[in-house]
Amino acid sequence: MMFAYYFQLGLRSLRKNPLLTALMVMAIGCGVAASMTTYSVFRATSNNPIPGKSSQLYVPLIDNWGPEDAAQNKGEPPDAMSYTDAMALMRDHRARRQTALYPVAPSVIPADASMLPVRESSYAVYADAFPMFDVPFLYGGGWQASDDAAHAPVVVIGRALNDKLFRGVNSVGREINLDGRNYRITGVMDTWDPQPLFFDPVNTSGFGDPVQLFIPFTRAIDLKMATNGNNNCNKHSGEGWDAWIRSDCVWIEYWAELPSVAEANAFRQYLHGYAAEQQRSGRFTWAPNVRLYDVPQWLEHEKVVPQEAKVSLLVSLGFLLICLVNTVGLLLAKFMRRAPEIGVRRALGASRKEIYAQFLIEAGTVGLVGGVVGLLLTGVGVFGVTLVFDPDIARLATLNGSLIALTLLVAVLATVLAAFYPTWRAAQVQPAWQLKSN
Amino acid sequence: MLKMTHLSKVYRTEVVETYALRDFNINVNEGEFVAVTGPSGSGKTTFLTIAGLLETFTGGQYHLDGVEVSNLNDNERSRIRNEKIGFIFQAFNLIPDLNVFDNVEVPLRYRGMKAAERKERIMNALERVGLASRAKHYPAELSGGQQQRVAIARALAGSPRLLLADEPTGNLDTQMARGVMELLEEIHREGATIVMVTHDPELAARAQRNVHIIDGQVVDLAEDPRFHHAVTSARANTTA
Repeated sequence: MMFAYYFQLGLRSLRKNPLLTALMVMAIGCGVAASMTTYSVFRATSNNPIPGKSSQLYVPLIDNWGPEDAAQNKGEPPDAMSYTDAMALMRDHRARRQTALYPVAPSVIPADASMLPVRESSYAVYADAFPMFDVPFLYGGGWQASDDAAHAPVVVIGRALNDKLFRGVNSVGREINLDGRNYRITGVMDTWDPQPLFFDPVNTSGFGDPVQLFIPFTRAIDLKMATNGNNNCNKHSGEGWDAWIRSDCVWIEYWAELPSVAEANAFRQYLHGYAAEQQRSGRFTWAPNVRLYDVPQWLEHEKVVPQEAKVSLLVSLGFLLICLVNTVGLLLAKFMRRAPEIGVRRALGASRKEIYAQFLIEAGTVGLVGGVVGLLLTGVGVFGVTLVFDPDIARLATLNGSLIALTLLVAVLATVLAAFYPTWRAAQVQPAWQLKSN
Repeated sequence: MLKMTHLSKVYRTEVVETYALRDFNINVNEGEFVAVTGPSGSGKTTFLTIAGLLETFTGGQYHLDGVEVSNLNDNERSRIRNEKIGFIFQAFNLIPDLNVFDNVEVPLRYRGMKAAERKERIMNALERVGLASRAKHYPAELSGGQQQRVAIARALAGSPRLLLADEPTGNLDTQMARGVMELLEEIHREGATIVMVTHDPELAARAQRNVHIIDGQVVDLAEDPRFHHAVTSARANTTA
């Protein structure tokens, strides 16, 4: 009951000193808007893209280049795998599920001759990738391991591509032409846009368009589909496809699903053993240097959160702090001008606790209005993010329900926090002195 | 109702101690109308603020309605102020942002009273002081006398056992002062205990009893011959 009364007094007080109120509201609004705008970018870039499984999916890395190259990268192995190592790991099949993957760029040739061929974000993967990455399906599903083994011409397409080619109807079982060859569609993905794009930050910097096409890795290799991503070599790979895939050039991402700590430890030992075996066989002339990163570690390793997102968040939080310090001063002026009222209220039975409640709720009211202004400015700020950040990142910064709630919450809490000192001073007002001086 | 025994109030700084009240003794019975008089700086208002639990005291004892108040915490003192004491100030001390109704409502809000009961008490109190029709007016829209009547309504709305008035007519012209004084007398006749601080001998003469303070101590009124004479004359005029 008293909350409603104090809230009402707070609103009344806002109207009383419009200039002072406007200054406070703008200070809070600007501070909160700057923080929330940069936070929206930071949140999008540091989001956990697969929360249920982020600690069960691992990227193994094997140093197939040796310590000289590793030294240039703080001792880290290359962040992709050679075809030789990826295939060895696939053959050994030591994880619950595993897939090698790399980006490809086949042309999709529509059956409708009036439509031009299109290129969509595409990957060559193994069948395990779909359940591993929790890929949602609108129709059908991923292909089977037997299709991998048979190097089958099968494909999984995305919802947007299905809409484009088949007007959104169930296209499972129908065929799609890629680079002049027909593939049978086994599944149509529902909208799937994990951000960051955790399964391939190496080739996407962590952000990019949703994948619209998956084809079997084995089939892509058969067709000598070159990678559409990075291909890093520490020495000349030799001429031709066969020389390239036998080389130590790294261009394949490898993922293993290891649901328990024990399985992760066993896989780590296996990796070490594999590298040791390569050393014994003379392929590696250095001690095993392997890594096994889960999703958060992998995104951190790949520095997916842009440095400018971290810096701008820190700067804007500093700005919010300055705004709050100003708010402390303004609230102090506002509250102390009302010392006579405080004296009267104390005389009429208000305890210090009641004075605290009244003025903190009043500050919360200022914060709420500041939050609404901050919300409008955040909307403008989020729109303006495109001017500062990469478009792939900027498109992720959106003013959604949770950001709206957070903006209002931060504004109210920050203002209430700023009001503690002014309120404490208000509660210390000696009613006797105020009433005497009147 | 109100009993202070050997009470003292000392204001201390690093270099000096100032006694506002010294060995102060007073006993006000239930239903009495007492005028506390004395020259400026004698300690009248300090007495009143201590009596109203707005200020603590340095030594001695103070019983209010049978309760020794020296060890009460802020919450308990605030509750007693709210439930047992009504204040009337020289400067009215209405809250300028609140209208008459809301001003009178303030003490009732702190008592946690339901809206319907609050409204009934407020309107009764305003009718009592003849300002029910001004409930939606703001203090700045009222005359000084009307503002003081609102302050009295605010004090009365909570049905206090003790009414403390500090120079209640000090800021009013003669006619308004007379009206306010008559109102206080009427309230007293209905059974309220009133302690009124004043330096006006005419007002003091209208109280049942005078307590005179000089230099923080209660003294016999005869020790202040000029004031004594003024009160005696005023009382004679009133009786006549």
